[in-house]
Amino acid sequence: MSGEASRRDVLGGLLVAFSLAPFTALAQTGGGEGSGGPPTIAPDLPGTLAKFPDLDAWIRIAPDGRVTVFTGKVELGTGVKTAMAQLAADELDVAINRIDLITADTGLTPNEGVTAGSQTLEQSGTAIANAAANVRLLLAEAAATRWGVMATTLFTRDGAVLDGQGKRATYAELAASTSLAVRARADVPRKRRETRRLIGRPVPRVDLPAKLTGLPSYVHDMRLPGMVHARVLRGPSSGTQLTPDLSALRRQPGVARVVQVGRFAAIVGPREWPLEQALRVANRGRWVRDPSVPALLPMPAGLLDMRRESQVIANRRDDPEARGVQQLSARYDRPYLMHGAIGPSCAVALFAKDQLTVWTHSQGVEPLRQAIAELLAIPADRVRCVHREGAGCYGHNGADDVAGDAALIARAMPGVPVRLQWSREQEHGWEPLGPAMLAQVDATLDASGRIVDWRHQVWSNTHSTRPVAAGDLLAGVEVVPSFKPTPPKPIPQPNGGGDRNAIPLYRFSNQTIVSHFLPDMPVRVSALRGLGAHLNIFALESFMDELAAAAGRDPVAFRLAHLEDPRAAAVIRQVASRFGWARYRSAPNRGRGFAFARYKNHGAYCAIALDVERIPDEGRLIVHRAVAAVDSGEAVNPDGIRNQVEGGIVQSLSWTAFEAAEHDGARRTDYDWSTYPILRFADAPRNVTVEVIDRPGAPFLGTGECAQGPTAAALANALASATGERLRSMPLIGRSLPQT
Amino acid sequence: MNRSGITRKLIWAAVALCVCVLIFAIIAYRPAIATVTRPDPRLFDPALVARGASLARLGNCVSCHQSAGGRPYAGGYPVKTPFGTIYGSNITPDPATGIGKWSPAAFRRAMRQGVGRDGSHLYPAFPYTHYANVTERDLAALYAFLMTRPAVRSVPPANTMIPPLGFRPLLAGWKLLFFRPQRITPDASQSAAWNRGRYIGETLAHCTACHSPRGLFQQEKRGAQAYDGGWSGGWYAPPINAHSPAVQAWTLERLDAYFRTGLSTAHAAAAGPMGSVTHNLARAAPTDVRALAIYYAWQMRDAPAARLEPPLPDRQALASQRYPDGARLYEGACAVCHEPGAAMIVAGRPALPLGTPLHEDNPRDTIQIVLKGLHPPVSPRGPYMPAFADALDDRQVAEIVAYLQMRHGTGPVWQDLEKDVAKARKEGE
Amino acid sequence: MIDLTVNGATTRLDIDTATPLLYVLRDDLGLHAAKFGCGLGQCGACTVLVDDQPVFSCVLPIGAIGTRKVTTVEGLGTAAKPGDVQRAFLHEQAAQCGYCIPGMMARAEGLLRKTVTPTEDELRTAMAPSLCRCGTHMRILRAVRRAAVMRGGGVVDAAEPVT
Repeated sequence: MSGEASRRDVLGGLLVAFSLAPFTALAQTGGGEGSGGPPTIAPDLPGTLAKFPDLDAWIRIAPDGRVTVFTGKVELGTGVKTAMAQLAADELDVAINRIDLITADTGLTPNEGVTAGSQTLEQSGTAIANAAANVRLLLAEAAATRWGVMATTLFTRDGAVLDGQGKRATYAELAASTSLAVRARADVPRKRRETRRLIGRPVPRVDLPAKLTGLPSYVHDMRLPGMVHARVLRGPSSGTQLTPDLSALRRQPGVARVVQVGRFAAIVGPREWPLEQALRVANRGRWVRDPSVPALLPMPAGLLDMRRESQVIANRRDDPEARGVQQLSARYDRPYLMHGAIGPSCAVALFAKDQLTVWTHSQGVEPLRQAIAELLAIPADRVRCVHREGAGCYGHNGADDVAGDAALIARAMPGVPVRLQWSREQEHGWEPLGPAMLAQVDATLDASGRIVDWRHQVWSNTHSTRPVAAGDLLAGVEVVPSFKPTPPKPIPQPNGGGDRNAIPLYRFSNQTIVSHFLPDMPVRVSALRGLGAHLNIFALESFMDELAAAAGRDPVAFRLAHLEDPRAAAVIRQVASRFGWARYRSAPNRGRGFAFARYKNHGAYCAIALDVERIPDEGRLIVHRAVAAVDSGEAVNPDGIRNQVEGGIVQSLSWTAFEAAEHDGARRTDYDWSTYPILRFADAPRNVTVEVIDRPGAPFLGTGECAQGPTAAALANALASATGERLRSMPLIGRSLPQT
Repeated sequence: MNRSGITRKLIWAAVALCVCVLIFAIIAYRPAIATVTRPDPRLFDPALVARGASLARLGNCVSCHQSAGGRPYAGGYPVKTPFGTIYGSNITPDPATGIGKWSPAAFRRAMRQGVGRDGSHLYPAFPYTHYANVTERDLAALYAFLMTRPAVRSVPPANTMIPPLGFRPLLAGWKLLFFRPQRITPDASQSAAWNRGRYIGETLAHCTACHSPRGLFQQEKRGAQAYDGGWSGGWYAPPINAHSPAVQAWTLERLDAYFRTGLSTAHAAAAGPMGSVTHNLARAAPTDVRALAIYYAWQMRDAPAARLEPPLPDRQALASQRYPDGARLYEGACAVCHEPGAAMIVAGRPALPLGTPLHEDNPRDTIQIVLKGLHPPVSPRGPYMPAFADALDDRQVAEIVAYLQMRHGTGPVWQDLEKDVAKARKEGE
Repeated sequence: MIDLTVNGATTRLDIDTATPLLYVLRDDLGLHAAKFGCGLGQCGACTVLVDDQPVFSCVLPIGAIGTRKVTTVEGLGTAAKPGDVQRAFLHEQAAQCGYCIPGMMARAEGLLRKTVTPTEDELRTAMAPSLCRCGTHMRILRAVRRAAVMRGGGVVDAAEPVT
């Protein structure tokens, strides 16, 4: 075999080194959300290759030359399917349209846990890129052996190995006699920047042509032969129980069957519309408050009175002698927030020949499979969960529960595919919400206007009740005998849950960060995009502006003065420059705001500046301009990054300015879009610019959640600049409206 | 008679005419009031400005003085009258296009007498017939409020009046015939809050402007006919006196809640022009809004529902039989929100038969709701209904309305529904 | 028995005439572009065109359609031959999860059939009945502005220029 030197030479390129240590430390699946996942067996390999080191777990080559790439991650609308196809196609030297990307399927793909925490490219993308590079090298070496030449004399193009002098062997030919069931090698170099065709380019999303022309693309679109429709019966919201009149429902036209298991009940029929009508009849039934759910205290102050488990997550006293001259203190909070997927959760399940297959838009097919197996009391190897896309979920919404519901119904109707869809009201009422949170920040400035002490405390429920067991599914609690939910636990740093991004990236010589974990959940909660980062960055970055004002310093300069990370400084400077920060002139009721964060302190860097206006009397908010810069490390698809950040900005504007999920003590009072209004086109910014800083060769950094926190703070800072009023309670605009 | 006799008569007639025109010109003439430099907004007492803000909400000023998508008080809103369309003027303190150069005296004269700063008469679409009785103190507060708004440079479109009604001096004649400001003296037999409510309702809130019938020249009918129902923007404003057709009593609490939140859970959501009224009342001083509710609950104290709320029929089988198309349309388009078991009904929003439209003596409000839908009146959160104007044709809307009246109505049977649907489409906001 | 003309093809259906059009499109005619988002006429994911007007198909009983022509996104073009609104959306990569986008495109098509020179405010007002949760608003607006140019017009006072 060729020595190490020639392996490096084959592609004549740079050896790209990866820093592996952070990856093994962060290799908790889903960033700590959900189960722990399979063990690391090859710590020298990057990404999830460390858990699945064999190449054929990731890549197969068919006799017709089509390449199948397997990923344990899923497409949520973030564009990762395209990015991963780019990585595979480029590293393999295969046309992108010859790649078939198979996303999470417990029967086919490596178990990469939950697609969450913005780790898809970090974990799966890294694995696929390296696996593809390995496969290309392997096939080149096979051709070299076949032709009796040095592999360094060969090159690859368009799915074939060539010698440049007329000899050519397609991958398909070579793969027929080359096993890919071999362990990946850690030192195979990735493509040099100059030879890349796809990586780093804004390749159009591979899934959009189908989605934009009506080809079935979502789990909602699945229609299997003999399929029946179903609707589940529940009270109006989590914390309630419905007593439907099942015998009356059995007599409703269009209801072929009522499935009942303990308190779980569902109606099944051949057509959807009669079931919708029957569901409405069912909802006339009496509902009561679930007595087992703890009472909800008035929010957000009630968070301070709840039972808590406190932990100091960061403590530094590098300069105990530091003398402060000014002390500031502020409290920031946010209410419960909805995920609010536009398409209510849906699943298709088929129980045939003792095998259950569930098609689901869950973010975690593996833990879901375990939970459903326990729910149905069948072995896990008889349950297969296959991901099919849903509407954007932005975290743990109803996807897992509806899969559990569908599984129960399918088990009652062997051989019949069952399609269960939640109603809009059920999605609003039962999806786990993003937790209400409160942060208290205190800081001390010295005579030179420098922060010499920083203390941040945050109060929050868990940010993950993702199912790992049957008791974590709604159906699991409703069946008899019922299952117990898994007790909630905090997600540990460096990812964090409620304390995500509570530790500043700024360099403060003295700091203490405390996380108050609240185990009691009067409202059903779980992971919402960004987890604690939304509120913690809102607090941290709003407070930085308050301190800057107290120190008499420009907010941008103030931040730069406390940062040591050059990449952080780079995004900040880029935004300040592009926005025209230095030459901005305020006008009455109009102002600018700035904010920055590095997601989880190890994800993508994002800075943002907003130019906003608040119309007096009317209270209307106009976002004239949003300018952001993001550093995601090596940018596989810069347009995908821009899309995620633009979307994150607009979504966070909606959360931060307008949204609050309410509860009247017995039930949630938001059941549709009229009771939970979100940003509409009139409120969308006039102009959004996102600049991507590409760092080829650098590790991929999780991007999907990097904009939520900075946008929230930038808005508060901009409103303070425009109106002179510092707002610390979200929703910033909604809070000032008459309560209806 | 000889020719010179006729000529003499003609000369006398011409002289008489000239004298009349002269007298009329003297009556119609109003001098311009000198301009002032735009007052410095910082010099107004913040408490006075705040008071003026609340009064402006009670007066619903912004509804007529702001166009869709425009800036507050910058004008441009079209008020359609039988005589043409009048556009609300710019009442921001912009010196060039607004009222920035108006003195307090000019403002008072406009509000009290319907005369602009330059001496021109104002169309009574601007309800100075009501504002004539606003107190000096309140006028000063309104002036302070308006002069401290952001100045917006904006010229509204020109009015399109049927000739010769574009000739403003003619309005002096209208005023001569119909403008009779009457002092409002407190009624000692009523509470202070009632008196306050009457003052607000009859002046600033100008409720009779929509809720009273009008004569040939669009003058409001007064006396016994006040509050007997009227029209606004294509919607019917039902009687809000003893003739109120509501089937649920307008108690003080219900009326107060309706004004402040745009929803009475015993009736319905504020729709059409009442949407913007409640939008503004929700932002006015709560004690004043309550006073308004006290007064109008008193106005409706003898309405049938105040004495006894009738049992509400649901003649579903009969209505389905008589209007099968209407029943199927209702089932597919409406039942999902309006029938028992619908989420909003389970959550406590009022059922369809409780709302007054189905019990009015004409179908206009029911038709307009179906055509135009409903936007949450007070804040982005609130009752919402999609518009069906583009989805359903006139016959289908008529079918649904007929079905609904047959099912739930208690008033006289509506006729010519399809024609009224066509008319409603043309009128209305 | 009811005849329904969708994308130029007429089908005879024996279905309860109260059935909202959305279910018929998805379950009986195999047209999946229009989506179920709420069933309440609040989100616009179900938007299709009926005689050039954007309507919520989730609250439009098929009995109400009569001889009017229904156009869904499938009738605007295919993956192989996309129509100009679809091409504009693809050019701007105006989608994240994509669930709301067919409704957006139908609504945009309805606007452009009325006018190819809407103002920016008219554009935003026309699109307002359709909700997007992913925050794709900027790209959706860019796509519609682009489609207006492709049709020989352009948005007046556009908040962002078409590049």
